[in-house]
Amino acid sequence: MIVAIASGKGGTGKTTVAVNLARLLGGGVHLLDCDVEEPNDHLFLPGTNGAAEPVTLPVPEVDQQRCDACGACSDFCAYHAIVSFGIKPLVFPELCHGCGGCALVCPRQAIREVPRRIGEIRTVEAGGVTLVQGRIDVGVPSSPPLIRAVRARAPAQGMTLVDAPPGTSCPVVAAVRGADLVVLVTEPTPFGLHDLELAVALVRELGIPCGVVINRAGSGDDRVHAFCRREGLPILAQIPDDRRIAEACSRGRLVVEALPEYEPLFRQLSGRVTHFAPTQRC
Amino acid sequence: MNAGPRSAHAKGKDSSMKIAFTAAGTDLAAPLDDRFGRAAGFLLYDLETGAVQSIGNEQSLTAAHGAGIQAAETVARAGAGALVTRHCGPKAFRVLAAAGVTVFNTDAATVGEALELYRAGRLQPAAAADVEGS
Repeated sequence: MIVAIASGKGGTGKTTVAVNLARLLGGGVHLLDCDVEEPNDHLFLPGTNGAAEPVTLPVPEVDQQRCDACGACSDFCAYHAIVSFGIKPLVFPELCHGCGGCALVCPRQAIREVPRRIGEIRTVEAGGVTLVQGRIDVGVPSSPPLIRAVRARAPAQGMTLVDAPPGTSCPVVAAVRGADLVVLVTEPTPFGLHDLELAVALVRELGIPCGVVINRAGSGDDRVHAFCRREGLPILAQIPDDRRIAEACSRGRLVVEALPEYEPLFRQLSGRVTHFAPTQRC
Repeated sequence: MNAGPRSAHAKGKDSSMKIAFTAAGTDLAAPLDDRFGRAAGFLLYDLETGAVQSIGNEQSLTAAHGAGIQAAETVARAGAGALVTRHCGPKAFRVLAAAGVTVFNTDAATVGEALELYRAGRLQPAAAADVEGS
């Protein structure tokens, strides 16, 4: 089972939910940190670091002898990663999405694909939790290929949690696509509601069941609750607005360890997630 | 007028050359647009006939990435031999250089003023991009 933890708004508590769930699930659970621009799950789940494995993207290399500057590659590329108009192609690897289309459409087989490093994956064994962390290289503008590489590390069997990046754009789609359940973490504020609405629309578009965790419950107003009721979204847990939780997180501590009184809350969430009925479409 | 520096800039294509300007308007009184890739549009000035042609930059303005590359292609395809702009980034500069378009940077306020500076031979060809790419 793959459970993705996502949110439209940043800073709502995705990581808090993900790492505490991972600790409670224990016993062989995989946690994939797909927030590759700033992965931080390892701060909460220290363990023995595995070696960093490079992740590459295939980018075009042009054989200038074979190329006759016909421009077919340039016409095909939607991202201007290869540019040719009466001139031999110029390649901008940093814009390439690695689709390989330019090589396919080249009538003279003048293009071959060569690997370009975009980031790395590190696997940490953290007391029963296998943490797989993606980390994008500085200056690489597009993260979905690396996120897909991290997602490919999910084992065929067993429980996998995915800590998604914030937002509702391509990186989030790459992180949650194919999940069995998406847990949307939000907060009861106008910003939280606005971005929750976007996230729900995204998850529905992908056809994945979802439930909501309301973090900092007790702050803000009740419009998120009303929205969930109206849309038939199950509220899986409500984490109270408790300063001590923020303090524990800021010290890199798990809530279930620093504040044992909250363990039942996360254990209940864990049970609901594990036994989420697939008929509960959102 | 001293034609020396101008013909040097234009690599011998002088009298028949077209010059592109980044323009926030459609005539020579238009402000010179600060940016190249995200410029509102371009004015193409024909040195031979004095004809002015306005060219849109919609494709670049709507692109998430690679606006400078697209704009460079637009300008080169329009037949410009030179580009006069306030700023030009590295990707655009690479495409323009490959297409044989000479880049000139200037602080002139309007396209008309920039054209006069160009005609007077007071603009120097840029050797590289003058701003960072995004």
